Amino acid sequence: MEIAEVFTKKNRLLLRAMVSTDFKLRYQQSVLGHLWSVLKPLLLFSVMYVVFIRFLRFGADVPHFAVSLLLGTILWNFFNETTTGGMMSIVGHGDLLRKIHFSKYVVVIASSMSALINFGFNFVVVVIFALVNGVRPSWSNLLIFPIVLQLYVLGLGIAFFLAAIYVNLRDLNPIWEVVMQAGFYATPIIYPISMISSRAGAYGPLLAKLDLMLNPMAQIIQDARHVLITPANPTLWQWESNFFLACWPVMVTILIFLGGVWYFTTKSQYFAELI
Amino acid sequence: MKMSINSKQELPDNVALRVSHVSKDFRLPTERVSSLKGALFNVLRHNKTGFTTQHVLKDISFEIKKGDFFGIVGKNGSGKSTLLKIISQIYSPNQGTVEVNGKLVPFIELGVGFNPELTGRENVYLNGAMLGFTKSEIDGMYDDIVDFAEIGDFMEQKLKNYSSGMQVRLAFSVAIKSQGDILVLDEVLAVGDEAFQKKCQDYFFQAKREKKTVILVTHSMADVRRFCNKAMLIQDGVIAEFGSPNEVADAYSGSFAEQEGKQLEKENEAIRLELGDGVRLTDVETQVEGVKNIQLAINQDFSLAFSFECDHDIEDGVLSFSLIDGQGRLSLAMASTLDGEKRVFTKGEHRMVFDIENIFASGDYRVDAAIESGEKMLFKQIGIYQFQIRNALRFDESMTHPRISMTLQ
Repeated sequence: MEIAEVFTKKNRLLLRAMVSTDFKLRYQQSVLGHLWSVLKPLLLFSVMYVVFIRFLRFGADVPHFAVSLLLGTILWNFFNETTTGGMMSIVGHGDLLRKIHFSKYVVVIASSMSALINFGFNFVVVVIFALVNGVRPSWSNLLIFPIVLQLYVLGLGIAFFLAAIYVNLRDLNPIWEVVMQAGFYATPIIYPISMISSRAGAYGPLLAKLDLMLNPMAQIIQDARHVLITPANPTLWQWESNFFLACWPVMVTILIFLGGVWYFTTKSQYFAELI
Repeated sequence: MKMSINSKQELPDNVALRVSHVSKDFRLPTERVSSLKGALFNVLRHNKTGFTTQHVLKDISFEIKKGDFFGIVGKNGSGKSTLLKIISQIYSPNQGTVEVNGKLVPFIELGVGFNPELTGRENVYLNGAMLGFTKSEIDGMYDDIVDFAEIGDFMEQKLKNYSSGMQVRLAFSVAIKSQGDILVLDEVLAVGDEAFQKKCQDYFFQAKREKKTVILVTHSMADVRRFCNKAMLIQDGVIAEFGSPNEVADAYSGSFAEQEGKQLEKENEAIRLELGDGVRLTDVETQVEGVKNIQLAINQDFSLAFSFECDHDIEDGVLSFSLIDGQGRLSLAMASTLDGEKRVFTKGEHRMVFDIENIFASGDYRVDAAIESGEKMLFKQIGIYQFQIRNALRFDESMTHPRISMTLQ
């Protein structure tokens, strides 16, 4: 596979240079600088906390739901940043791609790395918040790492698709914004998954299960809440006894990633002409 | 390090670049589809031919040896910039392969693409990383780059605070001072002020002496003759001429001759000769051995023939003319009184022919003419005819091109 070129020394150096440039430029000319990468999700969280937890009483039956809300928010933000940033990355570097030959994969990966760094900062805040909120740390918390890996792979795979399509079709930007908005509500972020099962009538439990199965983001966020905050957050592998079906979202993630890389590879040789 | 596109074949050590059977087509949409609406409409209409195919390069093959200073020339739109982008692996060819031996550093479309928010130093390092250099390699080249660009004081400033000339200078310095194996340059000698251009020229001479591999695309035939040891003319996507820079440069200039000749012919026809006082100029032409020729070769002797008609006898008739070169300088002023003879232009048609030794420099010329009777001006008009002296722009143009023979004793 051509993507292996990413691991050459030359491209590792380029990746590092691009990520550090991005980091340097992200909040330049702003007074608070990188504090914003933590401040923004916290402020958004505060708004949602007031509206959904205090006012609408979402998740009153789930322990530590405020921490769950914060965790869901930053996981979703990470996903949003990886996909949207990745979509823009190739076109954003069009000026360079028309002048120098360098690995196009690196451009998308660099943008996802920036999102990952940002997520790292946010994650520290979540951990502090969880401890303050009385969540007991345990060894099973470490399972968050493979879950974040799955999220990263999913986001990067979609980013590869979007970046390649966006070169030709600039309508994708508003379309993706709408998709993300819909996804935000289709994913248990502001509400616990138990709300779907309890409030959607007879089909509730089935709907909740379908959401976990067909929406990888729902599965990822529920898993993360389960291993990090409290096992009271149900997951797909608790609800589904069939091993194949329980693994389905992970397989979808891998398929999306491979498909994204394949699509990007076939399209990337014409980027310079089309941008 | 060896890089190749679609090929595993090894290049011999003395070959820097091999292009084999490269073709490139561009699809030009007749109606550009870059929105969903357009794409949907096309799908609905089953419109699959919403574009025309333009064959920019057709089966191009050539080889550049290590140490070659290789010139690529061609008219605008001939495909040379596309070829350069394929060589630099920015575009992929539809067919054929490009094999590169070593690290290739391109300088295309004026600039390497800098980030305006980064400082000059950061940009140099980022650009170096894109070209495939490690940090320590760039450390080694950095002082050289800054020296050449002559903007040492500005390196810690953000690029957006640079003048456009400074940006291009820095980009160009990165390209030529980075230790790549092959340097690819597109239209660069227009970069910077006079002092910087001089510096670039010196660098080119040095590169030629040091046998660096350079590929230069240019419209300046003087540069091709001065710097290159091999060159290639591209016309309509094929190699029209390949080999010695002088021949290629001649072919390039020659490719314009026919077109320019037609243009001159047209302009001459458009000139309306004014009526004089009792005299009328009917025709002017340059001739070689009695045959009309408006594109003279250098040092080719020619005749300038004036036809005119008099309504009555003109006592003490004088026909005078001047040749003015492209820069508006007077190259020759001449009158029919040169031989001291007094002439009478009798009633009727006349033809006056001047045989001229052609020592003029190459370029465009126009003819101004006047007819007088003694001191009395009967007819005077500026720009009644244009012609061209072609070829051999091997040396800087002077006003004349005297025949000189040389011996070495």
